[in-house]
Amino acid sequence: MTEQFKMDAPATARRLDDMAQGLVGAPLDRPEGPLKVTGTATYANEWQVRGMVHGVMVRAPDNSGRVVLANCDAVEKMPGVLAVIQDDRLLRNPAQGTANKAPIQGPQHAAYLGQLIAVVVAEGFEQARHAAQSLQVQLENGEVMPVDPATAAVEPQEAKTLDQGDLDGAMKDAAFSVDVTYTTPSHSSSPMEPHASIASWQGDDLTLRGSYQMLKYNRNELSDALGIHPDRLRILSPYVGGGFGSKLGIAPEAVAAAIAAKKVGRPVSVALQRPQVYEATMRRSETTQRVRLAADAEGRLTGLGHDARVSNLPGETFAEPVLQASYFLYAGENRKMSMELARVHRLCAGSVRAPGEAVGVTVFEGAMDELAVQIGMDPVELRRRNIPEKDPESGKEFSSRRFLEALDSGAETFGWANRPGVKERREGEWLIGYGMASAARVNVLMESQARVTLTPEGRARVETDMTDIGTGTYAILGQIAGDMLGLPRDAVDVVLGDTTLPPASGSGGSWGAASSGTSVYLACEAIRKQLAERLEVDENDLTLKDGMATFDNQARSLSDILNGDQIAKLGHVLPGDTSEAVRQATFGAYFAEVAVHAASGETRVRRMHGTFAAGRILNAKTARSQCLGGMTFGIGIALTEEMAFDPRDGHVANHNLAEYHIPVNADVPQLTVDLLEERDDWANPLQAKGIGELGICGAAAAITNAIYNATGVRVRDYPATLDKVIAGM
Amino acid sequence: MRPFGYTRADTSESAARQAASGGTFIAGGTNLLDLMKLEVMAPEALIDINRLDLGAIEETDDGGLRIGALVSNSDLANDARIRKDWPVLSRALLAGASGQLRNKATTGGNLLQRTRCLYFYDRAMPCNKREPGAGCSAKDGFNRILAVLGTSEHCIAAHPSDMAVAMRALGAEVETLKENGSTRRLTLDNLYLLPGDRPDQETVLEPGELITAVVLPAPVDGKQTYRKVRDRASYAFALVSVAGIAKLENGRIARANLAFGGLAPKPWRNAEVEALLTGEAPSEDLFNKAADLLLAEAQGYGANDFKIPLARRTLVSVLNELTQEAQQ
Ligand SMILES: Cc1cc2nc3c(=O)[nH]c(=O)nc-3n(C[C@H](O)[C@H](O)[C@H](O)COP(=O)(O)OP(=O)(O)OC[C@H]3O[C@@H](n4cnc5c(N)ncnc54)[C@H](O)[C@@H]3O)c2cc1C
Ligand code: SF4
Repeated sequence: MTEQFKMDAPATARRLDDMAQGLVGAPLDRPEGPLKVTGTATYANEWQVRGMVHGVMVRAPDNSGRVVLANCDAVEKMPGVLAVIQDDRLLRNPAQGTANKAPIQGPQHAAYLGQLIAVVVAEGFEQARHAAQSLQVQLENGEVMPVDPATAAVEPQEAKTLDQGDLDGAMKDAAFSVDVTYTTPSHSSSPMEPHASIASWQGDDLTLRGSYQMLKYNRNELSDALGIHPDRLRILSPYVGGGFGSKLGIAPEAVAAAIAAKKVGRPVSVALQRPQVYEATMRRSETTQRVRLAADAEGRLTGLGHDARVSNLPGETFAEPVLQASYFLYAGENRKMSMELARVHRLCAGSVRAPGEAVGVTVFEGAMDELAVQIGMDPVELRRRNIPEKDPESGKEFSSRRFLEALDSGAETFGWANRPGVKERREGEWLIGYGMASAARVNVLMESQARVTLTPEGRARVETDMTDIGTGTYAILGQIAGDMLGLPRDAVDVVLGDTTLPPASGSGGSWGAASSGTSVYLACEAIRKQLAERLEVDENDLTLKDGMATFDNQARSLSDILNGDQIAKLGHVLPGDTSEAVRQATFGAYFAEVAVHAASGETRVRRMHGTFAAGRILNAKTARSQCLGGMTFGIGIALTEEMAFDPRDGHVANHNLAEYHIPVNADVPQLTVDLLEERDDWANPLQAKGIGELGICGAAAAITNAIYNATGVRVRDYPATLDKVIAGM
Repeated sequence: MRPFGYTRADTSESAARQAASGGTFIAGGTNLLDLMKLEVMAPEALIDINRLDLGAIEETDDGGLRIGALVSNSDLANDARIRKDWPVLSRALLAGASGQLRNKATTGGNLLQRTRCLYFYDRAMPCNKREPGAGCSAKDGFNRILAVLGTSEHCIAAHPSDMAVAMRALGAEVETLKENGSTRRLTLDNLYLLPGDRPDQETVLEPGELITAVVLPAPVDGKQTYRKVRDRASYAFALVSVAGIAKLENGRIARANLAFGGLAPKPWRNAEVEALLTGEAPSEDLFNKAADLLLAEAQGYGANDFKIPLARRTLVSVLNELTQEAQQ
């Protein structure tokens, strides 16, 4: 029944290359796309559950103290109000990705301004909102809490520390050296769909319609938070309107909806209001990063250092892993890395769009540009010279790495050879500059399961609790099953986002496609074997295409072979020794042209190109879209995005889409993407690596490096808003 | 949102009367409804003016235009006469908000939109504009988008409109109808109040006083431009904006109309700056003197300090553009 497979050795068979159907890799549309653009895909909060009432959450107005709901009785009597709930089980903040258990609970004490400390339930949404806004929340005996990571107490992160060779010595002896400190601000994931859940109980069984990325974990987190057995809980999340990390772990609204629904005895919908999404979900930690680079006269790195400070709420262990790619991207014997975590009373820090590399590679690539300028060397050449043969820390081989090719081919496609000198090119009032940066992101395989059923009619059904957060899971799982079983794409139905289905890896960390894709592949392989058994042929001699099986000069339709039966198989992949045996990562290079206004300092990205290598590309269109999205985030990180914390109480001042500036269409020029052919046998039997986040990891540096090239101004404090640019002009 | 009354007005007169007894006009609703959802504004009753006959753009006897208060920002921006003879206004409108918002936003509503001060929108934060005497959270807070001219210790909010800046440069006047049926005309300068110690009072309009139209004088001779400097390429409010009209004669500036957005609690215009430029030959030095004068009393509050140098750079750049091309 179950085809279990542990990834202990390279998967060299590369079977997807031999399949006849030709779906994998093709730039196919997302099958659910038309539903989404016509408004017929039902998102969490759009369900109309019979008898449903509405809950609106209430925030703590400061960052410490005991919570007192001063006028609770009066609010309970307001029109339509059914309950004001301040239950012990409410979450202080969302669970971290893959936590698998509840985060800190308890609404009695405020830990940050914006914490959701109660839920008001009423018949109508407007009634609930008005009542929630009428609730007077007082905080008693609150102390002054640290909100500024620069001055807060810090905890060193021993596990991230590396001290290899003698960096100080290397810096002293270096022909060229750079020692610079950069800062990056907090980012909000800002998904278009706010976090929303509808909870309905049938006796002791709970159904939650939510918007989540990792259902198998979310079910355990929610059941742990509520104190019920996971078997009593079903989560449905077939469509997710963007998560970007903020929907990895169960969030306050889900727990509130479940508690409220039990209490009022009716289904309850709780949707976070837009400001609450900014104030009470997840932020990327701001970072302070010192980078040291020591190079010899030829531009070969002799040493590198990367020291970072990040922050989080007390009690949270997540620390933005900014050093992640610094361990392996470049050579240099003398290496020093360290990280410290400051404790601040700002909203929880967690995974947001490529945690770690999004800002870690970005800062490192800025420092590399500074070194190239100092040496007077082409920044591409500086990187070429410093590609390590093996993992510089562990000495392990790289699984696959087309980094050099990405640099060269990206430079060629972009026209890097025509780059101007610093402050050399001007068009009217616009200063023109080019910049580049490397891309790198770790690759991970996670446990995942899927069931594939070949029906008597010769159709396939793929079932897993995997999610599609807008990235193309429906598309690629159908393509893999279609190729393996020889079925056209529309003969494969993909059912996702339901915890009654086999548990998958979930969407996050760029591991979803490869992990859940492998589980589908394994199930299909088992089905192929069974078909071969029925036909008494070797499975390898079986060609499946368009619903026909060809073998030994015969051709028979699948429905004929099945003869009224169905075949259902469960694929189950587990990570194994290959995760440790080699260094697995994805690579690429970005090139950007910017125009900076000489008077106002406004920067416009004129064009941007990325070349990436991420193993087998499962769908050229969805993969490209991921890279386009990543580079768009890069534009945001470079130029516009910043959570503005009030210096006094640490609340998010710009808590809406008008003032938290994600790039709009006018900020995003024509972006071009090239994907290099690659097979990574160490990664998984698909030879695919994660591509979801690769396009973010370093992208912003290409833009800020271009700003330097245009203006001679090096902004080391992201984002490079116009005030910082003109300050240097 | 609190429960509220709702009346659709049939005539301007009845609208004014109804609003005088505790009603609030609603036009496009793009600002008012947001504020009502947050309960920053909590009107007892809405007087819907969308059915009033205020949607026309008519030519006036002296060659100007009379723009009905309900003309949408999109229609106004795309009006052929505006585009040809008052291009600064069309450009300012198109630099504001987004296509969807401009379709809904009206001329009257745009003038009376409230500040985007982040603390004004957050009821947990003290704000003198919401509640006089409560204190101003923005002064020592995140005030990147707020004002550096015309502020008071009680409020440093900036007026967010782009349209009004162009209108101010054009010398537009507002026509109103009062509850008692009388009408009056106000320059934009006279319409808006500075915050002083009552930042809740933003205009001189009386309860129930309805804006019926904006009157543009005959086209102003000279080159026109609207420059909006902002944090992203679209869909962001102005950090600094300049509506400029300049006419060059014999190598000297014969006239200069300059109005500024993003800098002050109202669309800002400084007659002394214009006088300083008039009659002079354009030069970088002259433009910097104009900026000195404009910004002589400017005061930053930390996060918005940069607006002062930014305003200087933008003004000089706009004056260069206006005078260079006019010379050709
Ligand atoms: C996200 C966002 C971005 C924006 N960006 C910009 C921008 O970049 N630049 C810009 O200029 N604007 C911008 N705006 C603001 C937009 O221009 C205003 O919301 C709009 O112009 C208001 O017009 P309205 O008709 O919708 O007014 P309403 O919301 O209906 O009314 C606003 C106020 O005016 C009063 N009022 C309306 N009509 C009359 C009348 N005839 N007489 C008396 N009082 C009246 C109302 O009582 C209310 O107090 C933005 C708005 C949003 C939401
Ligand atoms: S600047 Fe004005 S609107 Fe903003 S908080 Fe202060 S008083 Fe309120």
